[in-house]
Amino acid sequence: MNVISNNKWIGQRTIRPDGADKVTGRAAFAADTNMPGMIWGKVLRSPHPHARIKSIDTSKAEALPGVKAVVSARDIVDFPVDKSVMLGIQDMRWMCRNVMAREKALFPGHPIAAVAATTEAIAAHACELIEVDYEVLPWSIEIDDAIRPDAPILHDFLTFEGKPSNIAGKLEVKKGDIEQGFREAEVVIERSFSTRPVHQGYIEPHACLVSVGADNKTTIWSSSQGQFMVRAMTAYLTGIPQSDIRAIPAEIGGGFGGKTIVYLEPLATLLAKKSGRPVKMVMTREEVMRATGPTSGSKSTVKIGAKKDGTIVAAQGTFWLQAGALPGSPIRGAVGCSFSPYDIPHVLAVGFDVLSNRSKVAAYRAPGAPIGAYAVECVLDELAEALRMDPLELRLKNAAKQGTKAAFGPVFPRIGYIETLEAAKAHPHYTAPLGKWQGRGVASGFWFNAGGESSAQVNITEDGNVVVTTGHPDVGGSRAAIANICAELLGIDYKRVSVLIGDTATIGFSNLTGGSRVLFASAIVVTQSTDKIITTLRERAAKIWEIDPEAVKWENGAAHPASPNAGQFEPLTLAELAAKAPVMGGPIGAGVQLNTEGAEGGFGTHICDVEVDPELGIVRVIRYTAVQDVGRAIHPGYVEGQIQGGVAQGIGWALNEEYIYNKSGKVDNPGFLDYRMPVCSDLPMLDTVMVEVPNPKHPQGVKGVGEVPLVPVMAAVANAIHNALGKRFYSLPMSPPVVLEGMEDPEIRQAAE
Amino acid sequence: MTKLHVSTTINGEPVEFLCDPGDTMLDALRGPLGLTGSKEGCASGDCGACSITLDDRLVCSCLMLAVEAEGRDLQTIEGMASGDRLHPLQQKFLEMAALQCGICTSGMLVASDALLRKNPKPSEEEVRFWLAGNLCRCTGYDKIVRAVMETADEMREAAQ
Repeated sequence: MNVISNNKWIGQRTIRPDGADKVTGRAAFAADTNMPGMIWGKVLRSPHPHARIKSIDTSKAEALPGVKAVVSARDIVDFPVDKSVMLGIQDMRWMCRNVMAREKALFPGHPIAAVAATTEAIAAHACELIEVDYEVLPWSIEIDDAIRPDAPILHDFLTFEGKPSNIAGKLEVKKGDIEQGFREAEVVIERSFSTRPVHQGYIEPHACLVSVGADNKTTIWSSSQGQFMVRAMTAYLTGIPQSDIRAIPAEIGGGFGGKTIVYLEPLATLLAKKSGRPVKMVMTREEVMRATGPTSGSKSTVKIGAKKDGTIVAAQGTFWLQAGALPGSPIRGAVGCSFSPYDIPHVLAVGFDVLSNRSKVAAYRAPGAPIGAYAVECVLDELAEALRMDPLELRLKNAAKQGTKAAFGPVFPRIGYIETLEAAKAHPHYTAPLGKWQGRGVASGFWFNAGGESSAQVNITEDGNVVVTTGHPDVGGSRAAIANICAELLGIDYKRVSVLIGDTATIGFSNLTGGSRVLFASAIVVTQSTDKIITTLRERAAKIWEIDPEAVKWENGAAHPASPNAGQFEPLTLAELAAKAPVMGGPIGAGVQLNTEGAEGGFGTHICDVEVDPELGIVRVIRYTAVQDVGRAIHPGYVEGQIQGGVAQGIGWALNEEYIYNKSGKVDNPGFLDYRMPVCSDLPMLDTVMVEVPNPKHPQGVKGVGEVPLVPVMAAVANAIHNALGKRFYSLPMSPPVVLEGMEDPEIRQAAE
Repeated sequence: MTKLHVSTTINGEPVEFLCDPGDTMLDALRGPLGLTGSKEGCASGDCGACSITLDDRLVCSCLMLAVEAEGRDLQTIEGMASGDRLHPLQQKFLEMAALQCGICTSGMLVASDALLRKNPKPSEEEVRFWLAGNLCRCTGYDKIVRAVMETADEMREAAQ
């Protein structure tokens, strides 16, 4: 029996275990690690959006003094295009072609070769000496150009409806009979939308340091959302067995999904192997912007039909998502999440994965869901307007709840969506007065959340403290939450619990940090490990007291007799039992490895106020409230932080962020000055309301929280702009030039007066 | 290329180092000086992760040549705490969860400290505009702004 009487640490804003290192500059991020004898790797990248590589001559580069190794696609393990080899959601056929161009260069920035040299400058110079004979090919960047009948085809082996095509895939989600649904509808709104690709925008560029011994034993320090992903992908792409690779997770300087695949690690490994020297590679910001991430740009059409009383009877969405130059856009998120907050009898959602000559997309916070929700939640706003209904009332009337069958398959258990709507409606923000040129919008969003593989090892130190090791890189405070949980279970001060992220050699397999799964899954394996330890501690106390283990309870950090009947004994503390360990059965520790299940979807509802500057077209978000069902906030500070961070990213997506391409098919704004992410002076305080509807399938009630908060934002901002101006914008970003052009509509000024 | 010799003061300590003429101060800090608390997010002065002070003036060390440190006085994140005693801003960032991944944190703290030295009672707007050169992609800035303002309040109270 483990008695948790006062819930001391769960829900507390404790100091994170990695905190002191991060405020003093001590924390080691990927680019902060060096080794004796280390040399530098650099990547030669394609200047062309699309070109056949006829030959690569590296002889001049190899002859340059200081150059120690050169690699190209012939050094990377080839995965032939006719056979899919999946690693998680990634297909190694595409990964091997993404880390290094094979037959063709597919986007400007696509790696062609890599060089390692004694200095960065020599490596960069050597890249210039590599002679590549390109046959430049026609290219396309935008979706409409890529799906035209005469579009240049990126991959001849990919066909759609029997013909070579840039449509790499289609995904459909269906419920009921969509045609029947629209026949029942009395009001139908259908609109088309477009969004631009946006980058995850992590401040830390990709970086790694790799050392390979003469026996192939390989050590990788890198910044990623999964050291096991780094190990597996590097093994696949270099041919080195996983058992010979030790991937050490550096502190990660932001990922947001963008660090769920490798770019540099296999190249650095091959360079280190060839040169016999440790190789460090660090991307420039320009390389990050040209060659990594982003999430898809999109075009979509959404049609929703309702009865006059606001009952939604049919919803249809078609979503075209850019994959970049290799297949794999997040159509699952767009088709699966978009209509999921609503109980709709007839649903049809179709997604298309569209190739074009831009960098391969990577996951970005609830991949695909924000794109779908943007369209759906804007159409719902128009529907509410047409029905003369309050937009939150319309959502409440149709809200998914326990027992609702989502179009993507599952029947929802107890969920907290209605609670988020009610909390938003009751929030003073929703009824606060607005001034001239100001408007208010609302929107909701859903994300699947995820469970999956996790491992934990919990060890009691000889002095009676605790070390917890898990296998997920901590992107935003998960170590703090794990410390809270372990301390709670053991009934000790959280400061006695150290939480570490193990490397691939020291902790069991743990899947990526992604899908909002880390705390959900870690908490399960840490809880089960800690419970095993408590059982051991009770057994040892029972042995000392010569009573039955069932007669011992664990409470407040010590073993106690469970009842007066068990006998009169002084409590045995964790420290006392740890001290007796050598003579009482040995070290105290336990580990658990699991494929965790029971992650339930997350819902949020946001309220956004904007003010439009009619002379400059600048939209400022002046107030924002994000309500979310978080299950249970183990560390409220970092739960709020996830919500606030997601909202800020969404505001950037809505108002400013976009890739601007020039006429030669290259990104023209590959830096933070021109790729305009929100800065501190762009934003107001971001208020959060954490609704706690505990997940019944989780020991602490945890639901994933990281991804939901990005999903509703773009629609909330768009609906607020409509409320301010009486005009709707159907494409993102709603940047100053776009809004200014829209302001030329004479009705706007009249409406505002 | 012949290296250049630079004598300077970093975090109150006299320091000498060698650098190439084209090296930035950030290169020197992170390379020969081993002070990797300053981060490179952009190398173009847009993200502020490399913020340091040069003779009490806030600068992006990626926009400063290493040779410009000659005879000057530099402060980096590594000089912010006194031994094991954290600066009030550092402590407040921890207490208020004003960091997530931590890559911008060094620069945020150096910039916030520079603000409070100039303006011990900043308004929210002043904090936001002062920190507009320090990008954070994780937090939405909310907790950072609150932490800076609360620290300012407490430091003023402590000074009275």
